[in-house]
Amino acid sequence: MSEAPPLLTAFLEASIRVATPLVLAATGETIAERSGVINLGIEGAMLAGALASAIGATRSGPWVGVLLAILAGMALAALFAAIVVGVGADQIIAGTAMTLLATGLTGVSYRQYYGTAGAGLSLPTLDPVEIPLLHRIPVLGPALFNQSLLTYVAVLAVPVVWWALFRTRWGLALRAAGEWREAAAAAGVRVGPIRAVAVILGGGFAGLAGASLVLAQVGTFAEQMTAGRGFIAIAIVVLGGWHPVRVALAGLLFGGAMALQFLFQALGLQLPYQLFLMFPYVVTLFALAGLVGSVRAPAGLARQD
Amino acid sequence: MGRGAFGSWYVISSATLLRSVPLIIIGLGIATAFRAGALNIGAEGQFYAGAIAATWLGLHVAGWPAPFAIGSVWLVAVVAGGAWVVVPVILKLRFGVLEVISTLLLNFIASALVSLMVTGPLQEARRTYPQSDLIATSARLAVFPGTRLHLGFLVALLLAVGLHVFFSRSIGGFHLLVTGIGPRAAEISGRIDVRKTSALALLCSGGFAGLAGGMEITGVSYALFQNLSPGYGFTAIAVALLARLNPLAIVATGILFGALEAGAAAMQREASVPTVVVNVVEAAIIVSVLVVEVARRRIAARVNAEESE
Repeated sequence: MSEAPPLLTAFLEASIRVATPLVLAATGETIAERSGVINLGIEGAMLAGALASAIGATRSGPWVGVLLAILAGMALAALFAAIVVGVGADQIIAGTAMTLLATGLTGVSYRQYYGTAGAGLSLPTLDPVEIPLLHRIPVLGPALFNQSLLTYVAVLAVPVVWWALFRTRWGLALRAAGEWREAAAAAGVRVGPIRAVAVILGGGFAGLAGASLVLAQVGTFAEQMTAGRGFIAIAIVVLGGWHPVRVALAGLLFGGAMALQFLFQALGLQLPYQLFLMFPYVVTLFALAGLVGSVRAPAGLARQD
Repeated sequence: MGRGAFGSWYVISSATLLRSVPLIIIGLGIATAFRAGALNIGAEGQFYAGAIAATWLGLHVAGWPAPFAIGSVWLVAVVAGGAWVVVPVILKLRFGVLEVISTLLLNFIASALVSLMVTGPLQEARRTYPQSDLIATSARLAVFPGTRLHLGFLVALLLAVGLHVFFSRSIGGFHLLVTGIGPRAAEISGRIDVRKTSALALLCSGGFAGLAGGMEITGVSYALFQNLSPGYGFTAIAVALLARLNPLAIVATGILFGALEAGAAAMQREASVPTVVVNVVEAAIIVSVLVVEVARRRIAARVNAEESE
């Protein structure tokens, strides 16, 4: 039995590390969707954040990278907001276009900036930070309380977003805009601006998610490295029933699904690695099928004006 | 870039038109789905499903008469592409899951499946590279003399004409359109089964994308490998939207994007500009089309309002 605790700890640690970008992106998307806007462009915002964090970290250290990542995510989301909130274009197709745009832009700027050699593994990254005392708890301590600061940011963001959405006037207005925009507008809510802010906030979270992917998980940038994590985050929002706390728990579940490969490798199970690549997407599909009906989307979500 | 797309007849036929074949065929499928209001964003995955099936059968048809071999390979490609949409269709009909999310997720599963196939069951006999063996010569398409352009281009043109007739002349095409524009009105009319229509449209669009995958195997690569498609499934969305979902216009926009891709590939070879720059152009076109579309609707609404005053 001496083997079990370290293995379990390693699995939990990996689950949380892998879940961090998912939870961050899904938390941001929850804000946007509660306001009535589904943003398929968060996949792109995450990718833009990932590259921006790599460039920022290379030039001036990881925290500049984090800042640039948030700005990059917000910039892409601002463009998306202009198209869907400002002009009133189809959200789903515009979101797909944003992801295409980010794929192209990051591909081109990555090669411009790093040349053919690539970013390599020389990026200054965010090291895990031990929380005094708590990290000494057996099994759980090293897994929960020895993570990068961005994980703690994600953990703090969840109650903050919950509070903002459900305990403030702003949150009430935002949710009203997402449920029934005509009624909200009649009650004096400025639907357009509030949706734009929600979308841009969501973009900032997605950018931050990209930064955590690069600086606290992978340690380098690669083209299209987000590999659908933004889309998975959108599914996580559905699974979490558009509620920040349940969304975070759903994100954690996915972190576990993605971290399974570490566990299987540690146990010495020989399976083709592609099965592990598929696994999170398959789980998402099953989970979507299982949970729909018990959750309800904001009534005005993705409705074109 | 222009030279890489239109520099000579060889370049036009063997780069631009060759690349337009999958774009046109997938674009026709996307137009079918979008017309019914079903947003299939998973053509990339359906393309790969078709390519996997085509490769599998293509390896086993040595000695068959060519038309029969090619026909069978295309058929399994269509079926595989359609089958790849069955899960999103079920999820949509039974559980109300947005097809956008499910078709997207299946892209990643398909891509991993290709990787699994070319390192496993379909890997070449030498087991050196992650790719399949070449398919039997009986399943390979004839090419136009002196070019790399295969007969699939003619098939793409025929499909476009056929779909145009279907959309504009048949009751099925009308049902599709009404389902997309006014699902409530369609339902209330009692004559159009909205769920069935949009499910069928999704299955058809998967079949088109699967056929494109089979066509790429039988006409261009003759073998399966990762990254067989440089994102055709996504480019085709721009192709279909820019053509305003009109099949004949899709031929034109498909060739336009074929030229873009061919030119970008030439630029990558000669000026090392990455091909992903095409994605930026595609995104710009999609956004422009969306914005123009909204403007048109607004103007139309204003004209209507003024006329009724």
